[in-house]
Amino acid sequence: MIHWNSFSDFIAMGGYGLYVWGSFGVTALIMAIEPIVVSRNRKSTIARLKRQLRAETRNTAE
Amino acid sequence: MKDRFNLYRFASPATFYPLAGALIPYFVAVSVVFGLAGLWLGMLVAPTDFQQGEGYRIIFIHVPASWMSMFIYLVMAGWAAIGLAFNTRLSGMMAQALAPTGALMAFLSLLTGALWGKPMWGAWWVWDARLTSELILLFLYIGYMALTAAIDDARRADKAGGLLLLVGVVNIPIIYFSVKWWNTLHQGSSVNLAKSSMATTMLWGMLLMAMCFWMYSIAVALMRARTIMLERECHTDWARAELLGNTEGAGK
Repeated sequence: MIHWNSFSDFIAMGGYGLYVWGSFGVTALIMAIEPIVVSRNRKSTIARLKRQLRAETRNTAE
Repeated sequence: MKDRFNLYRFASPATFYPLAGALIPYFVAVSVVFGLAGLWLGMLVAPTDFQQGEGYRIIFIHVPASWMSMFIYLVMAGWAAIGLAFNTRLSGMMAQALAPTGALMAFLSLLTGALWGKPMWGAWWVWDARLTSELILLFLYIGYMALTAAIDDARRADKAGGLLLLVGVVNIPIIYFSVKWWNTLHQGSSVNLAKSSMATTMLWGMLLMAMCFWMYSIAVALMRARTIMLERECHTDWARAELLGNTEGAGK
């Protein structure tokens, strides 16, 4: 069922290894980094909005 | 009548926000399952292509990324149309949340295309109709993001960006039909409704990878949309309650 005879065949990709693994590598990298960037941005936005909200409530209390 | 399920309710950020938050883990999980199944079929089971050898396996990310780059643009244009016609708050937020993922998909499509073109055509890039129109799609995404970022007022940014999206939508059929309309170096489509030119395992591997990319895009866009919602709605009661009860930004 598995198409490959050996692990080194799999890595070599019939001589196209650089192109195939290059494509998959960059895609995997982007799909790993994008969610990290998005969640970092979310955390910093929430922290900033919280600071704003606290400052506002303090001002209205005085 | 009061309890009747009402779809319009979810057009309000106050109800959409918690719903999106609850759905994200499921989209991530489904994306991972589809991705693993697609990689297993595509990289381990699918046979060698009789013309392109093992190099054709780039198809398992090139085609899903290209499809998503076009599909995300259409969804954004759809949101823009709704936003311009009905002046709904959610539309612009959704379009903005989708844009960076769409741009990344267009970039991946071009990059994997170059990595595929080099061994097959002998060139990283040719000014072919398919490639050029996809490059224009990337520029449309970047243009939309730059335009909306340059306008301070969020509602005006949504309107200007929405118009750009609607005008640019003409590019999508051009990309899609370019391989039919012009003599291009780019190969024709591998998947037809009538008959497919691919082996079954190749086709299923590609479709599973497309589902993986699709679910991934939804998950990331929803994450982004939730942040945009909080930021834009921070004066409202629901957003204040959410911020006060939220611990995600703690320690910063």
